[in-house]
Amino acid sequence: MSKAASAGVAPHSAQSRRPQHRNIELLLLLMVVVIAVVLTAAVEAALRDEITVATIYLPLSIGAAFLALHLAVRFLAPYADPIILPCAALINAIGIIFIWRLSLGDVAADERAQAGVFIGQGLRQLLWLLAAVVLFVAVLAIVRDHRLLARFSYTAGFIGIALVLLPAMLPSSISEVNGAKIWIRLGGFSIQPGEFAKLALLVFFAAYLVAKRDVLSLASKRFAGIDFPRGRDLGPVVTAWAVSLLVLVFERDLGSSLMYFGIFISMLYVATERTSWLVIGLTLFGAGAVLAWTMFSHIQLRVDIWLNPFADPSGDGFQIVQSLFGLGTGGLFGTGPGAGNPESLNQYASSDFVIATVGEEVGLFGLGGVLMMYLIIAQRGVRNSLDVRDSFGKLLGAGLSFALALQVFAIVGGVTKLIPLTGLTTPLLSYGGSSLVANWCLIALLIRLSDSARRPPTRRPAVLQLRHAPTEVITR
Amino acid sequence: MNAPLRRLSVAMLLLFALLLGNLTYVQFVRGDELRSDPRNQRVLLAEYSRQRGAIVVDGSAVASVTETNGQLKYRRSYPSGPLYAHVTGYKSPEYGESGVEQSEDSLLSGYDDRLFVRQLSDLVTGRKPKGGNVVLTVDPTVQEATANAMRGRNGAAIALDPRTGEVLSMVSGPSYNPNPLASHDATLRGNTWDKLTSDEANPLLNRAINQTYPPGSTFKVVVSAAALRNGYDSQTRVPSPRSYTPEQTTAQIRNFNGSSCGGDTSTLEQALTVSCNTAYAQLAVELGREKLGEQARAFGFESSELRCPTRVSTSQLGEMDDPPKLAQSGIGQRDVRMTPIQGAMIASAVAKNGSLMRPYLVSEVQAPDFAVLDKTRPREFSRPLSASAARELQQMMRSVVEKGTGRAARVSGVEVGGKTGTAEDGDARQDHEWFIGYAKRDGKPVAAVAVVLENAGTSSSQSAAVAGTMMRTIVNASDGR
Repeated sequence: MSKAASAGVAPHSAQSRRPQHRNIELLLLLMVVVIAVVLTAAVEAALRDEITVATIYLPLSIGAAFLALHLAVRFLAPYADPIILPCAALINAIGIIFIWRLSLGDVAADERAQAGVFIGQGLRQLLWLLAAVVLFVAVLAIVRDHRLLARFSYTAGFIGIALVLLPAMLPSSISEVNGAKIWIRLGGFSIQPGEFAKLALLVFFAAYLVAKRDVLSLASKRFAGIDFPRGRDLGPVVTAWAVSLLVLVFERDLGSSLMYFGIFISMLYVATERTSWLVIGLTLFGAGAVLAWTMFSHIQLRVDIWLNPFADPSGDGFQIVQSLFGLGTGGLFGTGPGAGNPESLNQYASSDFVIATVGEEVGLFGLGGVLMMYLIIAQRGVRNSLDVRDSFGKLLGAGLSFALALQVFAIVGGVTKLIPLTGLTTPLLSYGGSSLVANWCLIALLIRLSDSARRPPTRRPAVLQLRHAPTEVITR
Repeated sequence: MNAPLRRLSVAMLLLFALLLGNLTYVQFVRGDELRSDPRNQRVLLAEYSRQRGAIVVDGSAVASVTETNGQLKYRRSYPSGPLYAHVTGYKSPEYGESGVEQSEDSLLSGYDDRLFVRQLSDLVTGRKPKGGNVVLTVDPTVQEATANAMRGRNGAAIALDPRTGEVLSMVSGPSYNPNPLASHDATLRGNTWDKLTSDEANPLLNRAINQTYPPGSTFKVVVSAAALRNGYDSQTRVPSPRSYTPEQTTAQIRNFNGSSCGGDTSTLEQALTVSCNTAYAQLAVELGREKLGEQARAFGFESSELRCPTRVSTSQLGEMDDPPKLAQSGIGQRDVRMTPIQGAMIASAVAKNGSLMRPYLVSEVQAPDFAVLDKTRPREFSRPLSASAARELQQMMRSVVEKGTGRAARVSGVEVGGKTGTAEDGDARQDHEWFIGYAKRDGKPVAAVAVVLENAGTSSSQSAAVAGTMMRTIVNASDGR
């Protein structure tokens, strides 16, 4: 840990007052609102043939929510990275406007002029954004120091596992949608507990791995130039692997299964700095994949569709074929917002395949821009983790960042036929309340961590001493 | 922990590089392929979301669109059904397009460069871009009269204005109703298509420009023209025996029913009037391949560049490299093949004193707001005859109608010239019947027509009668102007 400790020592800057950059954040958010206005106007022109009040009201509603987020950051995490919030806001604004655009597209052409601003899924997503704002503020307000989370590591672990397994326990009538048992539906209300489980598990993994990292770093056998751990230390990784397989078997949720395992292995690697864990992890992943492929017909089907979607373009391969047609039709610059035909993707245009919708209408350049926003958030997350002074914070930051990147890779890769489709939500972009709220919580945690990383260490002398100490303290 | 963090950051970069690389492949490299994939409905949806322009005949639309509530916003409709089917062609969501719908597709659909500036202003003013309109030369009265005269018959009839080359009517039988092909109901569309394409009579074929027939005796007009150009006149006496055996063969050429042509020699005019085979077979051999071929090509034979407005099938001369072949070709048999429009072009050139106007069907194209974008100016295709030779030939063809085989084409009070023909098309089937001719009113050529009736038998009076009806209608219609 000596390297990390020395990185934390910034000899003179610690004394001087660090800039907070909150106004830069505000300016960037203003630009996000401007982009939102332009996007909404383009959709209006294409679908309504006229610009209505929606052009102002919709972006302003979104902008108001973002302003609340900004104020929360300004007062609760003033040293936070000023780039993360605007990037996330831009993705979210594009997502809400495209979901709204799809709702408007569903209205018959001659009734669109009267349809108003707040309609369909677009309205619901906007309401979910309000819920997300509340939770975002709550996370920043309650978790004033990220180390607080480490105290609840086993609680978080238990909650995480419970949330993951809950839908599997519930009857299919409540939990199953389109073959995947990952929902809890009560009344007209449905949530995906897995989205929140992801966060709880990340906290648990970070705390657990920091506690056990010395044991897990111990090597006994050297093979092919890599130190491999002892057999009995394989316990945690095998457990994670088994739980992932259980998720796959009982919830038929390939995407989440992949996510949990991928996050665990990457965090294990970061915690121990042992390449051997990556080798073991990838081997287990390969074995699990082959096992799942041989055992389950729905996995085989996914792979077949991936290899040759055009074998059954109107049946099994329909979605991916339509996705490719949409992306191809969009080309470099897209058909223009509102001017494409993402309706071909039916109800998936706003959820699993929202990437194809965006790609069709704003083209490779627009979609590339959205992907860059994700990449910037993830890279800033890791960059800030380098400056966080405690191992738990570093590991949590790395986990949150990588989880976001991995999820984007899995769903975008699936929609664009790079890898088999796994059926994950697209963070901050796709339609769905649980995903939106959970991912804004994830952003809140990244912001909290960045605040800790950039905050000048001027509080107690004890902290200063600890900063120089070769070992580190985790408050539990 | 910072070293693996940095590696993690590199790993994330790699993941996104993979995503962007793959997206570039899908959206850019394979973009065109995916966009134009026939299974990609988007192109179709975009096309049908635009109001396609109308095809207009004399101020009223013979092809227009009606708005629907379906996924495809506009449906193509043809108010007159089969009447203009071979003129407009069809525009189908599934089976492409034909006729004017095909040749003027870019303008009708609104993607033509000539519409670019207007669409730029549409973009600013927020008007929906529409397709342009196409105005045809067809005269509805003549088209209806032609279609009525052709009713129930297989073949083709076409009328041109010799002065300009404008197509006044174009009918191919059997016709079809293009509406079901343009339907948005896939079942109706598919069933209709299957029925039309499996029909042996091939109703989708526009025989007027895309079917060639042996021209039979109508080709004697071409041989006459070649003779007139090479020192003959209408009164030059030519041998007209009961039978003629060319060199290098023993196969005799005889007259129809083995009859005489009225003497061992006849004037060229007499020979044409009674359609004397032996005289024309011998004349063709006499003139030779070069001169005959040159004359035929001047009328448009062997030319593959004709469009009306879709490609016109090439009329062929075939091999004429020895006397037997030349003799048979001279009476329009052997390998000579002619489209009906080519027949009308021959009559047109004779009527206009030797000047052949290029036939055209589209008189002008308009922007969606009816402003004229382009007007077709009449253009001469060639001068196959001198004025004097043309007048000689007019006299000969008039004689055919007044006292010869073409009497059924007479129109009272008007000068009509023409030539009948019987095309032998194999042994089993009945012969096709031809008539090509023209009408002059007050010394001005007003109509050039060609009629083919498939399997009509050997009396050319039916095709001459159809031609007569067409010319009478044109003359009457020109009265009103």
